[in-house]
Amino acid sequence: MELQVDGKPVFCATGGKEFDPALPTTLFVHGASFDRTVWKLQARYFAWHGSNVLALDLPGHGRSGGAPLETIEAMADWLVRVLDAAGVEQAALVGHSMGGQVTLDCAGRHGARVRALALLGGALAIPVNSALLDPAAADDHLAFDLLNVWGYGRRAQLGGHRMPGLWMMRGGLRVMERAAKGVLYTDLAATNAYDGGAAAAAVNCPTLVVIGEKDLMTPAKAGRVLAETIPDAVSVIFPGLGHIMLEEDPDATLDALRDFLIPLQNSAAGR
Amino acid sequence: MAADPKYLRPDTLGLHAGQRPDPLTGARAVPIYQTTSFVFDDTEHAASLFNLERAGHIYSRISNPTVAVLEERISALEGGLGAVCTASGQAALHLAVATLMDAGSHIVSSASIYGGSHNLFAHTLPRFGIETSFVDARDPNAYAAAIRPNTRLLFGETLGNPGLEVMDMARVASVAHGNGLPLLIDNTFATPCLFRPFDHGADLVMHSATKFLGGHGVAIGGVIVDGGVFDWEASGKFPTLTEPYAGYHGLDFAEEFGPGAFIMRARAEGMRDFGACMSPANAFYILQGVETLSVRMKRHVENARAVIAFLESHAAVTWVSYPELPSHPDHELAAVLLPDGCGSIFTFGIKGGRDAGRKFIEAVELFSHLANVGDAKSLVIHPASTTHQQMDAAALKTAGVGEDMVRLSVGLEDAADLIDDLARALKASQRA
Repeated sequence: MELQVDGKPVFCATGGKEFDPALPTTLFVHGASFDRTVWKLQARYFAWHGSNVLALDLPGHGRSGGAPLETIEAMADWLVRVLDAAGVEQAALVGHSMGGQVTLDCAGRHGARVRALALLGGALAIPVNSALLDPAAADDHLAFDLLNVWGYGRRAQLGGHRMPGLWMMRGGLRVMERAAKGVLYTDLAATNAYDGGAAAAAVNCPTLVVIGEKDLMTPAKAGRVLAETIPDAVSVIFPGLGHIMLEEDPDATLDALRDFLIPLQNSAAGR
Repeated sequence: MAADPKYLRPDTLGLHAGQRPDPLTGARAVPIYQTTSFVFDDTEHAASLFNLERAGHIYSRISNPTVAVLEERISALEGGLGAVCTASGQAALHLAVATLMDAGSHIVSSASIYGGSHNLFAHTLPRFGIETSFVDARDPNAYAAAIRPNTRLLFGETLGNPGLEVMDMARVASVAHGNGLPLLIDNTFATPCLFRPFDHGADLVMHSATKFLGGHGVAIGGVIVDGGVFDWEASGKFPTLTEPYAGYHGLDFAEEFGPGAFIMRARAEGMRDFGACMSPANAFYILQGVETLSVRMKRHVENARAVIAFLESHAAVTWVSYPELPSHPDHELAAVLLPDGCGSIFTFGIKGGRDAGRKFIEAVELFSHLANVGDAKSLVIHPASTTHQQMDAAALKTAGVGEDMVRLSVGLEDAADLIDDLARALKASQRA
């Protein structure tokens, strides 16, 4: 499904279902240098269980046009314009990593548009050190490699993908490699500069925080602080998983999202 | 100093990739999940699996936990995004073709390929409306010249069969990509231990896992690996991957799976509908081979080099074809692309032609006369009368198969014993 926002095309995967204005909507936002396909083992479920799904490509990512936005706040404001373009008054937002910052900021500053929030691999701040920023600034492939090995938990690096035959350590890497030059650095710089403390405190919708116990990018401790800062947030910790839990254990991730979001979705739909 | 990503290295991946110790029993070895089917949690779980909303196993024709370990392991060794194991190498090739194209399509293939692959392209696929042009494996320009508007795939082998033509893969890949087409490479003869086609621009890699990957000659199998780099959407020539598929409720594989579109469609449609699956037991056997692949390939190459040195100096041998030899047309390219060796399968010419070849093959004792390669045990065959016998004279000439040609697959025995065996047989071949 393609929308037009700011005169640019915005691509959203819909899980194989046509958008139905009568249904509640769940919007999925990917992390730095990724695209909509990171949600391949979660989003489709929602599309077939009573929700519109908009698994979107941020500007300059995947099949969406335009240049990548330079701040988390700009991405959050853009999300609202995406909802406007889709004719959605209120949506559940699901964000991973940088996408978690974007959805957090959106929920904190545009609370009326957010029905529920799920943050995966999130933190109030995600400092990015120079070992990663420097190669990203130089469009050096090393930056992708570092994100890859720091992103997946050590256990996942031996494989054992739930989707038969997929090799974990190439899937995410291939998505990142598709990004245009400069996209990763722009994303990481935006992530590095963002402080979500104020937004987190202002969130007033039901919120789930999903934490990977072995996450090196957003350590479990930071995830717990995030959950404690958001009023009434609930959290779940996945033992042994790293930052990319949505691929490391797609079933556990889907189950957590389902158990949290589907009852809220049914309530929104008046069921 | 730049940070080191510290990826796990190939020798480690060969032993561990795709497997975690069994969570229920603690079994260290990969269990053989000898079951046709898998119990669903409930009806919703079942429906979600069938609709690709969830990952998991349904029925062993489509996927199986033992087979999945092998798929991940080969994918890891090749540097691919994912893989599907098949009943044989031929099934892997057919799966790739059937996933990519429909009737009315066209393939450009190296002429120097396994006879079975040649048969599929030249004789069988035309019945289904898919034609193939065969070109010189050494000539990227020939690949370019043969491309038509309906071409959907370029194909070749890392080391041609049986002449060991070394493909200038980066140049052929450039031709393919310049025309919005993928390059599929059969890497059976080299294995990922000696050469990784994805590092040289290939988009898909296949193996007959029956050969070096297994190494023991007890299990037939194949595998197709997706590099995950080819942009199917940008190409615009592959509607099976970029348009809604009614067979999965309108699933658009590129939209939902991005770089994994090919391998997801290959399994979801190809294994479901064509069904040429690998058995769990065969996957287990082949996994045992893969665990020692890197060690074995070193020994295969060492033994091949020793045997070649012997043959080169023997009066009854008219020529030896192996890319490491200065006499091979691809000697310089092989030195760059295959510095660790060109495998252990090669050909030589025997003085006296077909008759001497027959006597030689009947005189060897350690070398087994059979239609296979890449076994731990040394093998011998006469291609013109066996593997390539369906080719007519012109095709044989194009493929470089002469009547005096003998093909060896050098195994892991003591090289001195192999040389003694060959010496006796060569002597016998020259008797009146």
